[in-house]
Amino acid sequence: MHFTINGMAREANPDIRASLLDLLREHLGLSGTKKGCDHGQCGACTVIINGRRINSCLTLAVMHQDDDILTIEGLATGDALHPMQAAFVKHDGLQCGYCTPGQICSAVAMLDEVKAGWASHVSPSLDAVTLNDDEISERMSGNLCRCSAYPNIVDAIRDVAGASA
Amino acid sequence: MKAFDYSRADSPEAAVSESGDGVRFIAGGTNLLDLMKLQIETPTRLVDITRLDLANIADTADGGLLIGALVTNSDLAQDPRVRARYPALSRAILAGASAQLRNKATTGGNLLQRTRCYYFYDKAAACNKRDPGIGCAAQGGYNRILAVLGTSEECIATHPSDMAVAMRALDAIIVTLTPGGDRRRIALADFYRLPGRTPQIENALEQGELITHIELPSAPAGKQLYRKVRDRASYAFALVSVAGIVAVEDGEITVAALAFGGLAPMPWRDPAVEAALIGQAPTAAVFAAAAHALLKDARGFGSNDFKIPLMRRMLIATLRDLTENAA
Repeated sequence: MHFTINGMAREANPDIRASLLDLLREHLGLSGTKKGCDHGQCGACTVIINGRRINSCLTLAVMHQDDDILTIEGLATGDALHPMQAAFVKHDGLQCGYCTPGQICSAVAMLDEVKAGWASHVSPSLDAVTLNDDEISERMSGNLCRCSAYPNIVDAIRDVAGASA
Repeated sequence: MKAFDYSRADSPEAAVSESGDGVRFIAGGTNLLDLMKLQIETPTRLVDITRLDLANIADTADGGLLIGALVTNSDLAQDPRVRARYPALSRAILAGASAQLRNKATTGGNLLQRTRCYYFYDKAAACNKRDPGIGCAAQGGYNRILAVLGTSEECIATHPSDMAVAMRALDAIIVTLTPGGDRRRIALADFYRLPGRTPQIENALEQGELITHIELPSAPAGKQLYRKVRDRASYAFALVSVAGIVAVEDGEITVAALAFGGLAPMPWRDPAVEAALIGQAPTAAVFAAAAHALLKDARGFGSNDFKIPLMRRMLIATLRDLTENAA
């Protein structure tokens, strides 16, 4: 099977049952993406497919051969961290760090959703979005943090977004 | 996960031609793969339909929308026409799941998702929906999230979709392609099945029948709302929910379309509720009568008894919101 991951062509021959998550971790050595619950409940496995964040545990690798797959390993440019990575460091947006790659991938794609004008459950209007802490919490609810570093995660995302609290 | 064969269909006709025992279509896969990991679903063949040209939303001649079955939940919720004309649908979708799941899950798949009854998921527990005839551990078990209307001795599972509740209030029609090549149009009102003696049969689809589109008729005049009560502020299934469209003219309710989630094995709609409202003034007594019509036959199973008074209060509050400041 042929894949495009972080802009590079990769080949692997996983079992047809392999999730995209298992392809990344077990077949391609891209272990930055984490397996938490393996059932789409925790968000640790979040990757960005064709610009959209998804749970890589709940999709088959074989179904993504034509897609542009972006993982946590593809966000930095050389030694220069992606602004979201730098903000998580600056704001100490983690404790154990296990959920962090998923949080960061999710946050990066989430800000693109806001840029595209997507409303959320807490948006007062479906047609105008103002990012604030309530919006960040709602939009990031698919990423759990067992250490409960949420206040600092929200600080990091708010910093990158240039939003107000 | 059990082994299976995989193929990718390049047309709806090719997809349905592969129908047979153990064959399942896969699109977003967010519920099917979850169930396959637990071996609750054990298909022998998956037909990948994600490359079919069914991801568009088109205007219909009568002012409605024809939604391709592969339109993602995110794209449907954010479509400008849906936001403007069917805000209850946008709101229902945004109240469900997480952003990651909404980006993957499709319109057709959302309608076909299975119950989240704990006992359906627990292979050590009896479940007639999973293993017909084995019993129902939910009755007498922990049934907080389960149904109070439309249940049977065999099953008290709820349908988990928020989207389908809004579509029920909006009178959506499901368009399919059968393995024989026929097109069928099935009103959502006729799509789902109550459990009765056969809780494993959940809808009107024949084996191998493919949902290709969901049609929304033009939206009725009136204010639209989707309101959901759940155990967490985000990313949780409904305890109870309501999709409502209500119009008031000259102090009288002229339009009332109300569908309910979390109450029953299917998105629930009861003509008696709407009959209690139409032609009446929007008063507390009328709202209470509508809630009584909805819940007079409701029956709890212990830990879900609370849903009945919760639904009554929630419906009354929602009707107040839908009618205040109205003409």
